[in-house]
Amino acid sequence: MTVSVSNLAPSQQDQYIARLACLGIVLSVVEAYFPSPLPGVKPGLANLVTLLALEKLGWRAAVAVNLIRVIASALWLGSLFTPGFFLALSGACGSLLLLGIAQYLPKPWFGLISLSLFSAAGHLAAQCLLAWLWLLPSQGLLYFLPFLALSAWCTAIINGWLCQRFLDPHHAPTS
Amino acid sequence: MKHPLGLGDVLCILLFGAVVLGLFNWSWQHVPAQEAIVRVGGKIEHRLSLRLNQTVTVNGALGPTEIEIRHGQIRISRDPSPRQYCVQQGWLHRAGQTAICLPNQVSIELPTATHSHDSLSF
Repeated sequence: MTVSVSNLAPSQQDQYIARLACLGIVLSVVEAYFPSPLPGVKPGLANLVTLLALEKLGWRAAVAVNLIRVIASALWLGSLFTPGFFLALSGACGSLLLLGIAQYLPKPWFGLISLSLFSAAGHLAAQCLLAWLWLLPSQGLLYFLPFLALSAWCTAIINGWLCQRFLDPHHAPTS
Repeated sequence: MKHPLGLGDVLCILLFGAVVLGLFNWSWQHVPAQEAIVRVGGKIEHRLSLRLNQTVTVNGALGPTEIEIRHGQIRISRDPSPRQYCVQQGWLHRAGQTAICLPNQVSIELPTATHSHDSLSF
């Protein structure tokens, strides 16, 4: 085995981040093969992982998990530095930005469904802004936007609910 | 976790739902176009005001194309192109709409106020 030249020992936190990022990469790649009725309409399952990271490890970990996921899944799919990659990256940045603000919402009232909705809104807004500024500077995008927003709204609620279920001790699988 | 759906969650769902409905409403409010650009072979042939009812004929690669303006709307009423797509598009009146008669190389476009690019020429 190659002897490591660095003395950096991965902390417990690093290992959690790596594990969550792995899960996210798998979900991203699986999702890339889902048939989609409209370009941009996806279940967004990889955001589950970001929400889990935010809830369990904090916002900085969520940033790490999400960025690792976007870059690594692009490497896997061979889409690094393509327009699709930059759209995914801008979506990730937008959702992390809004999550950074939304995490301070008072906890008992605002659960993961709220966070998921904010995340989806940031994702869609950043993505559409980039698409409009860079790829499609026409009005055509405007006609798609309501449908994209509707699908984002539905998937955000479902994902938030799923994530809440994952974290609920009553539903945790007993080993 | 006792409350799977908190009060704030319900509030957020309704709030973002309202934003989605607002987007539907907003994106389908169209700005009526003021003028139309007629191109033949890629070159601008006419700029026509949609306020003036008139019929204009231009000569494309295959033959004459007849363009009709009536009540702030414009259409291609006659064209020699075989598939007649641009004729079947019917009346156009919203900014951003186009009709293109391909083999005949005639197009009409209703420009938006701040028109810069289209998706084919960025």
